[in-house]
Amino acid sequence: MSLLEARGLAVEFPRRRGAAIRPVDGVSLSLGEGEALALVGESGCGKSLTALALLGLAPAPGTIAAGAVLLGGTDLLALPERGRRAFRGGRIGYVPQEAGGALDPVLALGTQLAEALAVHRALRGSGARARAAALLAEVGLPEPEAMLRRYPHELSGGMRQRALIALALAGEPEVLIADEPTTALDVTVQAQILELLGALRRSRGMGLLLVTHDLGLVAGYADRVAVMYAGRIVEEARVEGLFARPAHPYTRALLAAVPHIEGTLAPPRPIPGSVPDPAAWPDGCRFHPRCPDVLARCRAEPPVLAPLGRGPDGDPLLHRAACWVAERKR
Amino acid sequence: MSEPLLAVRELAVHYPRRGPFGRRLPPVRAVDGVSFDIAPGEALGLVGESGSGKSTLGRTILRLQPATSGEVRLEGRDLLAVSRAELRTLRRRMQMIFQDPGGALDPRMTAGEAVAEGMIVHRHVPAAGIPGRVAALLAEVGLDAAAAGRHPHEFSGGQRQRIGIARALAVDPAFLVCDEPVSALDVSVRAQVIGMLGELRQRRGLALLFIAHDLAVVRQVAARIAVMYAGRVVELGPSMDVLSTPRHPYTQALRSAVPVADPASRPGRIVLTGEPPSLSPPPPGCPFHPRCFHPARDARCVTERPQLRPVGPVLAACHHAS
Amino acid sequence: MTGSGPYSRAWRTPGARAGLALLLLLALAAIAGPFVLPDPAAQPDVLAGANLPPSAVHPLGTDQLSRDVLARLVSGARISLAVALLAVALAMTIGTLVGLVAGYAGGWTDALLMRLVDAALAIPRLFLLLLLLAAWERIPLWALVVMIGATGWLATSRVVRAEVRRLATEPFVLGAAALGAGPGRIAFRHLLPNALGPVLVSATLGVGNVILLEAGLSFLGLGVQPPLPSWGGMIFDARETMHAAPWTMLAPGAAIVVTVLAVNLVGEALRRATEPGR
Repeated sequence: MSLLEARGLAVEFPRRRGAAIRPVDGVSLSLGEGEALALVGESGCGKSLTALALLGLAPAPGTIAAGAVLLGGTDLLALPERGRRAFRGGRIGYVPQEAGGALDPVLALGTQLAEALAVHRALRGSGARARAAALLAEVGLPEPEAMLRRYPHELSGGMRQRALIALALAGEPEVLIADEPTTALDVTVQAQILELLGALRRSRGMGLLLVTHDLGLVAGYADRVAVMYAGRIVEEARVEGLFARPAHPYTRALLAAVPHIEGTLAPPRPIPGSVPDPAAWPDGCRFHPRCPDVLARCRAEPPVLAPLGRGPDGDPLLHRAACWVAERKR
Repeated sequence: MSEPLLAVRELAVHYPRRGPFGRRLPPVRAVDGVSFDIAPGEALGLVGESGSGKSTLGRTILRLQPATSGEVRLEGRDLLAVSRAELRTLRRRMQMIFQDPGGALDPRMTAGEAVAEGMIVHRHVPAAGIPGRVAALLAEVGLDAAAAGRHPHEFSGGQRQRIGIARALAVDPAFLVCDEPVSALDVSVRAQVIGMLGELRQRRGLALLFIAHDLAVVRQVAARIAVMYAGRVVELGPSMDVLSTPRHPYTQALRSAVPVADPASRPGRIVLTGEPPSLSPPPPGCPFHPRCFHPARDARCVTERPQLRPVGPVLAACHHAS
Repeated sequence: MTGSGPYSRAWRTPGARAGLALLLLLALAAIAGPFVLPDPAAQPDVLAGANLPPSAVHPLGTDQLSRDVLARLVSGARISLAVALLAVALAMTIGTLVGLVAGYAGGWTDALLMRLVDAALAIPRLFLLLLLLAAWERIPLWALVVMIGATGWLATSRVVRAEVRRLATEPFVLGAAALGAGPGRIAFRHLLPNALGPVLVSATLGVGNVILLEAGLSFLGLGVQPPLPSWGGMIFDARETMHAAPWTMLAPGAAIVVTVLAVNLVGEALRRATEPGR
């Protein structure tokens, strides 16, 4: 039973000359209760836009061209803007990257939290203050009462990220979407933040969608992974399966391109070519120009995300890949 | 034992601070007494997190910013004591490549002009020979000669980083400070640049000071690693040893925080408490003591500053490391 | 300045195109006009030919001395535009140099220069000019240009200083220093070209300001001296005939408005082009 489900999401940007581009092109995801799903991809693959689309948002001049986002049966995208706002910050929490200036520099933390609490929990005055302090304590910020009066510039990067998490939690969400929450942070701080997210997930029974480019994070903190390339999901699996038996050539190439902190000292292998521009996406499988195992079919026909086979109980495997080569191996 | 190419001794960079009404506040000790050697052709990795002082150290070694005290000997000459004229000549021996490929190149100059600049400044290549050298350097970093006529905004991040490398190589340096050269690049592009730096080092016998916060990347590039915390080197030794069995508690925490791309290994993660320390002034004694989890932590850690001492195959600045 | 990307983007908006077209038209008229049009100083028929309404022979009519208004307008354009361009060029040069030195040198040099600029900014430009010009009867054109230019560089120096200070922290400047480039090379080869963006915008808008300023001064009799034609002077002359022959005032007035508008449109486009990441 999935908590949050996206079906066929597409985000479109019009262009002055030529056809519109679709940086998110038919993405489907599902997140179970209490589950941590990682959405992995390099820059330009569309993962951040996907995260926003899950909130029913698209940065201008983009629009959500197709798809549905189901939370507990309700399609967020079928609602008018006002209806969507009840979800945003409420049932779905969003934690942006701290470096993006997501905290208003002229407002104290307490004020920003109070705003969220007023909108989503209808709390005001002393009740709001108490709840705000409790939230700051929950994310591990020291001296929560005093922290309410602090301004973003008085805090370190790690503390600001925690504050952003508190802000996202204010609406008591069922799902938390974290978009590269640790990219701008030191690795020890990153570990702190991710531990915090894990603890919150368990204590609150939330689902977590972690958007990142770091495969290492995925291995340590996610239950399931979806790999994204050029606007599409190319592989989806439980984390153990993805690392042990990566099926899609892009996933394999990505794993080979990352240097290891332990074990093999084999030099990381770069992926030939470069990430295609959405205005000039290759036909068929978008990875085919860079793929070492490319077939004729790959150039012509876009592959469909399909299970890699059947498990011992006869049910289709949860490990899916969009690849004709993998399909052929079935 | 041959003369080291670079010998840094007790280098300190303190920024003065003034409070309201001109009161003197304790200075910010960005670099607080750092010493190490780099042999010719050797790569030393320098890791640390924000506030550790690693970038400041890199710039100060190149005398791109002033040092408060200490010595930096490049091929025997103390860079902090030489005249401006001699410094200018010595600059050919040491160069730097920067983290932000976009900001590291003058947007108004073409790639060719950027690469040629060093040759124009030092005039060690006759004007007629410059275009040829530029083409050769661009080829060496894997770019074709036509790139010389284009501007930085026409290149990708990885390509801009290569142009920056070619620019640094134009003066034939013996020593290259790499300040987070791959942090701003995509994963697959990182692999390219890392590989290229390795090749260049081999081919040209370059010594590198490779500054980074990503331990896995440093492991690829450097055979020796120095770990910095609060302006000091807390551990120094062969990468293999420092990364597999770190002796200093901070290195242990740092190492354990690095995500490993293997779900099977989820080792006991040491999650540090607290925040990185203030540097004005840093905590007394050992700067790590407020966050240290070592079982033998004691009063000595608060009063006495630990010096780097041999602990097995590495040097560690900890009273209780073993 | 070989800006390929951002500058071409600037011309996409219709406003910018219109502005540019108008300016080109104006420049063309100013350069070629006097060859085609009658002599602006000619007073062919003071008795019967004065204050004639627009007609085929005189497209914008004649003024009280039977001079062809269009010819005077175009001739005045030459003067007004020349004064504006030269004065702005002078102001930008001084301002850029001062800003460059202050921004790069820092320390006492910077403090001293900027305090001087602050003090000078406290004096209203118009009043200063009025004072200086009133003391100099029948000021020659070159002196007018110098005076306007010499009073207009202050704001530019601040802008350039800010830009230079920002640029000095960019890695490419450090890189040039690491290569061994001296302060002279860094200042003129790296800092200056990159700091010119805001100066260009400032200059373009400054041209509009100076046109208005010069028109005002000429109107007061302190700017361009007769018999040299200038738009401000034409408005002054048209004071008495305003009601009987409105074209004598409308023509120069409209010329000023259209020119300043065109210049501002172009300036805005340049500002937009240089603002977000290059």
